[in-house]
Amino acid sequence: MTDQSLAPHAKPRLTRDHLLGLLRQMVRIRRFEERCGELYQQEKIRGFLHLYIGEEAVAAGVMACLHPEDAVVATYREHGHAILRGVPMTAVMAEMYGKAEGCSRGRGGSMHLFDVGTRFFGGNAIVAGGLPLAVGMALADRMRGRPRVTACFFGDGAVAEGEFHESLNLAALWKLPVLFVCENNLYAMGTRLDRAQSQTDLHLKAAVYQVASEAVDGMDVVAVEAAARRMTDAIRDGAGPQFLECRTYRFRAHSMFDPQLYRDKAEVEDWKRHDPVARLSAWMRETGMLHDADLPAIERETEAEIEAAVAFAEAGQWEPVEDLAKDVYTREVHP
Amino acid sequence: MTDADITVAAASRTITYRDALREALRDALLRDERVFLMGEDVGCYGGCYAVSKGLYDEFGPDRIRDTPLSESTFVGAGIGAALNGMRPIVEIMTVNFSLLALDQIVNNAATLRHMSGGQVSVPVVFRIPTGAGRQLAAQHSHSLEGWYAHVPGLRVVAPATLEDARGMLWTALQDPDPVVMFEHVMLYNMEGTLDAAAGPVDIDRAVVRRPGTDVTLITYGGSLFKTLAAAQALAADNVSAEVVDLRSLRPLDAETVLASVARTRRAVIVDEGWRTGSFAAEVSARIMEGAFWSLDAPVARVCTAEVPIPYPRHLEQAALPQPAAIVAAVKALMGA
Repeated sequence: MTDQSLAPHAKPRLTRDHLLGLLRQMVRIRRFEERCGELYQQEKIRGFLHLYIGEEAVAAGVMACLHPEDAVVATYREHGHAILRGVPMTAVMAEMYGKAEGCSRGRGGSMHLFDVGTRFFGGNAIVAGGLPLAVGMALADRMRGRPRVTACFFGDGAVAEGEFHESLNLAALWKLPVLFVCENNLYAMGTRLDRAQSQTDLHLKAAVYQVASEAVDGMDVVAVEAAARRMTDAIRDGAGPQFLECRTYRFRAHSMFDPQLYRDKAEVEDWKRHDPVARLSAWMRETGMLHDADLPAIERETEAEIEAAVAFAEAGQWEPVEDLAKDVYTREVHP
Repeated sequence: MTDADITVAAASRTITYRDALREALRDALLRDERVFLMGEDVGCYGGCYAVSKGLYDEFGPDRIRDTPLSESTFVGAGIGAALNGMRPIVEIMTVNFSLLALDQIVNNAATLRHMSGGQVSVPVVFRIPTGAGRQLAAQHSHSLEGWYAHVPGLRVVAPATLEDARGMLWTALQDPDPVVMFEHVMLYNMEGTLDAAAGPVDIDRAVVRRPGTDVTLITYGGSLFKTLAAAQALAADNVSAEVVDLRSLRPLDAETVLASVARTRRAVIVDEGWRTGSFAAEVSARIMEGAFWSLDAPVARVCTAEVPIPYPRHLEQAALPQPAAIVAAVKALMGA
């Protein structure tokens, strides 16, 4: 853990229970996604599958700062965000299968997880497509006088899109309560950041729009949470949008179709030494906050939760073909 | 004059299409505090076509919200606000600029309900001026309504009359799904009488604007009055043309179209879109599918020439569907 993350003002909740909670959340994402990878190989899950493994500290750190009435907008690499937001793992897994019991009735799949109950609004597969939505959701809260935050997750690839710039400008201009969370994993699919961006310090781009911004070590969940908490507090105090760049890395391929010809194995192995799960557990062990029985217990609980989710998905139903045209429109419309 | 005639005369007034739209906006803003208008120059400037003139002073900058030139983001913000409980009206300055926001309209507004398994609705209205006739050249004059009508999840409407300009917006706002409303730029100055009590209108059904027996002329939006003029000219030659105003391009009220064609046995579609891949092609196909055996002649189309709209007036007018071309198309069908 970094010195910055341990500074007194930045560690409001460094209790054993809280840290165990963060560890547990990261393990839940890690194991869920490993299982998804297996299920993909078994052809239970189809389509595109974008795994978040390696980036868990970002979702875990930010989600810890959100309230139930806040909203979350994410991208196509959003399994972790959905699960940590509180979407039942059963419903997420059933969605991966395409079953009617899925959180989006099986209509969306891996890239389009939705759950209005937990105010989880996707699941957007168009890079940067969620940013304007987040701006609009925050605008609605602002106009209705609701003290809520909209957290918007996106990758470094989105920074190249016009919508990124338009959205930051508009959010700053109107002082909207948006937390922009840039998950900078250094690659837009297979294009390394410095091959696509003239300015690779992405938080500087936000600063240009007068959006308060900072970059943190995205492999350090405590640092992510500390920064996200400062930012969500500032947003709740009316400071307007904030921009958090989390420098992270995905250990797996972009999707299941990616042979990863664009990066060295050595680079991946190097980053794995910063594994956020191993890092937090090692640090907790050093400081005496992780007991020998803790991690095995977390692993056991997680395993049980995942197996229950798989069983739920396996037992799920296929939506009847007669319902194909359902929910194109709210009312029944015959085009 | 009877007493009833006098009452009607007193209760109607002269008004322009622009003013009717403004009344509709004002009415919506007064009726529902969740409604707000957002777009380029809608506030301080009073609207590019002066539709929202005065509303900024009356409702303030929060509800008549000027935006930067960021079509994709203010359109997406309208979608986000709709997802989060508001009833936004988003004005895009022209259909040509709407292409910068096509991602948000097609990939988000139209799909979110289906992709979420019916969990969300997107009750947003996009107001988009469309069409040619003001010598604004190729990047300000196109008619792309048909592109939007291609997309499931969107509703597409085109008010052609004062009554529809006054009434469609409220109906559209009551709809839980995204509605794209196309206003033809040549209609804004159109003046006529409108009942003082004019209110919401149906956006599901086409209407017969002129009854006839020999041929059905099918159109919408800015081409309606050219088509009515053509019908008038045909009447002088003893051809009785029925004119159907589609009003809604999606969903398309094929029932009204097919019922008319079944009576007249001939159809001409007038559409300011380009002929290739046009909305007229869709209407034509529907007629083939639904009324082929009642046709006395092949379905004909009068569309815009396959060119980007030119600047000089004579070329612009030559590119667009005109009454003379409609008359000629009908006469060719009638074997005259």
